[in-house]
Amino acid sequence: MIMPSYTIPKALCDVPTHYCPGCTHGIIHKLIAEVIDEMGIEGETIGICPVGCSVMAYDYFACDMMEAAHGRAPAVATGIKRGNPDKFVFTYQGDGDLAAIGTAETVHAATRGENITVIFVNNATYGMTGGQMAPTTLPGQITQTTPYGRNTDIEGFPVKICEILSQIDGVALAQRVTVIDPNTIKTAKAAIRKGFEYQKNKQGFSLIEVLSTCPTNWGLSPVESLNWVKEKMIPYYPLGVFKEGAIR
Amino acid sequence: MSMKSNNIVIAGFGGQGILFAGRVLAHIGLISDREVSWLPSYGPEMRGGTANCCVCIDDKPIDCPLVTEPTTLIVMNAPSYDKFIDHVKSGGMAFIDSSLISKKSERNDIDCEYVPATQLATENDISGMANIILLGKLIGKTKLASLETVKEAFEQIIPKAKNHLIDDNMKAIKIGMEYKI
Amino acid sequence: MSNQSSPKKHLMKGNEAIAEAAIRSGCKCFFGYPITPQTEISAYMAKRMPKVGGVYLQAESEIAAINMVYGCAGSGVRCMTSSSSPGIALKAEGISYIAGSDLPCVIINVQRGGPGLGGIQPSQSDYWFMTRALGHGDFHALVFAPASVQEMVDTVCDAFDLADKYRMPAVILADGLLGQMMEPVHFPEDYDFNKNTEKPWAANGHGNKRKHNIINSLFLQPDVLEDENFKRFKRYEIVKKNETKAEIDIEEDTELLVVAYGSVARIAKAAVDMARKNGIKAGLFRPITLWPYPEKELQKAAEKVKKVLVVEMSMGQMVEDVRISLKSRIPIEFHGRTGGIVPTPAEVFEKLKEMDGDDNA
Repeated sequence: MIMPSYTIPKALCDVPTHYCPGCTHGIIHKLIAEVIDEMGIEGETIGICPVGCSVMAYDYFACDMMEAAHGRAPAVATGIKRGNPDKFVFTYQGDGDLAAIGTAETVHAATRGENITVIFVNNATYGMTGGQMAPTTLPGQITQTTPYGRNTDIEGFPVKICEILSQIDGVALAQRVTVIDPNTIKTAKAAIRKGFEYQKNKQGFSLIEVLSTCPTNWGLSPVESLNWVKEKMIPYYPLGVFKEGAIR
Repeated sequence: MSMKSNNIVIAGFGGQGILFAGRVLAHIGLISDREVSWLPSYGPEMRGGTANCCVCIDDKPIDCPLVTEPTTLIVMNAPSYDKFIDHVKSGGMAFIDSSLISKKSERNDIDCEYVPATQLATENDISGMANIILLGKLIGKTKLASLETVKEAFEQIIPKAKNHLIDDNMKAIKIGMEYKI
Repeated sequence: MSNQSSPKKHLMKGNEAIAEAAIRSGCKCFFGYPITPQTEISAYMAKRMPKVGGVYLQAESEIAAINMVYGCAGSGVRCMTSSSSPGIALKAEGISYIAGSDLPCVIINVQRGGPGLGGIQPSQSDYWFMTRALGHGDFHALVFAPASVQEMVDTVCDAFDLADKYRMPAVILADGLLGQMMEPVHFPEDYDFNKNTEKPWAANGHGNKRKHNIINSLFLQPDVLEDENFKRFKRYEIVKKNETKAEIDIEEDTELLVVAYGSVARIAKAAVDMARKNGIKAGLFRPITLWPYPEKELQKAAEKVKKVLVVEMSMGQMVEDVRISLKSRIPIEFHGRTGGIVPTPAEVFEKLKEMDGDDNA
């Protein structure tokens, strides 16, 4: 029996990435690229990178790419999609980008049922700027700007994006997944595929929230980080489908 | 048709059809192949305060669309009368809705036409068309345009769905033209 | 400022004429947000775009609207947005990204009084903002200053073409007066809006036929970013050489030169005519492009004049470009109104009389 050798998806460029060791951005990139390959849509896809750790993802995806200003990716995606309704458009955004500075763009792209796919990487911190409090930082979590732990009396509560979006009529899919073991990775890929399929069928806005790790800023080893997602994040951010259904 | 510079100010309350009357004049100018401009005052006054607009009809390109010294004034309320009557250019004309403005101008260098337009509109079952009655008086007095041209202007402005209003407007024009002071 | 004779003239508001001209110039997508005094542009687009196979979209904010323009322009589609002063300020970030990514688009600014929420009456107090600091970083946009409804149409057509040609944003700088007034306009029937629409750089799907295109303004290595800026400014030099435009109304013996743009130029023209009738040798210089500024044209027009008067609806902004252009060789005076007050021909004429009197005293 011949074992399949490890291959890089065609939709990923064969270049080194700048991500920290143990970070799960790489896995998420690969899942998106595999879905693009499997659907055979690389030539018709335009991806949008955020400001955050994945700011340079335009160098990693082999499809056409645009770099958006902080938080504005859903608006940029809207502009591309409205001008090119037959193309596939996805955004790749972190928690600060999507759930803080870009909340309005996120919510309104969703309310319009904008026919795009949003990959939302939630690692509960601002990674690129060195680990400050994010809108999704957990209560009690220590970050550079919550040195005594996030105090909900002062800093308020984390934002639960899938739960919020599940209330919006324009949303075709709001699903939270993670990528901490083979099983969750398989589920995550299926969810991303679903998002692109919904887009293909012009069914509206899809968002896949991926609970991700940040070993560097969490101050944990890669393995400890995977466990931290499991033990700390998932209880606060339960995995699952929050909204799904054909709206058109 | 009068071949001089017509710098017209129409002023009154929002809701009296000030801007509409201005548009009729502008379209008359357009149909007559003259240079025209129409400039409304805009903003909160659009919601029922005072409204005014400037219309220029000329044979040469219009430099300044803002009329500060009108050759012709149509005025439909007392505050606008107070504001504009002294600015009418010497030798100019003022058409005054005397149903709503009781004052009489002491200027003898301008021609003041007092028309009880609001009352005439009500009496003739076309209330709300005092603006057009005053316009009719202006057209009759200045020979700015033929009745055919005026009708064409209404046809250009009034949407097809409200076609019946063309007759009412023409009725108002004729009442204004025929009114003897 | 005259309206050329043409078989078909439409009586239209400046704002509506801008919208119709944009559609006829091949604008496929419009992204906007309501604000007085430019809302007629949105309303017109909302009505017309669906009928001509285009897109009208009301965004959730000015910020979203300009970022939609960024995305749409980046995918190679002709698109535009419009707003008024405070709304344009919100777009500044997006405009900088558009310039930094070398994307073409058209932005309409129907100016109102400021600062802050200001007022809704006409103003020209965004001159510096448009010509100097439309966003963070080293960049420029083409800035056109139409003075009539017809010129709104003509400059919109030019703006789309030149934006494509030079891969940079273009601004139509109007004001509430121009936006709200109606004048007869004609639309060029034979307008060839496809002349610069080849966009091999666009991120619109590579179709497996080329390497991926990246639309981006991030260059972390200083030497690379410097090089990008050098390249862009070389292009700006070509723009400055080729694309300045002005209307000049002077006579052999003009002594007093009035410089004004946009709606104020029309008021200034009326004042100049009054002055000439009163024996004052006045003339008018009207820049049609504000960036690039018609510096050489102004220098030539001012060669023999004794004094210059700059009139603006601001506390004095364009006057600085006049000073730079003329290198303070001749006395330059300023007359400005602000807050939404439109200067009258009479007050400009008074100013001219005063300047003429000083001269002859």
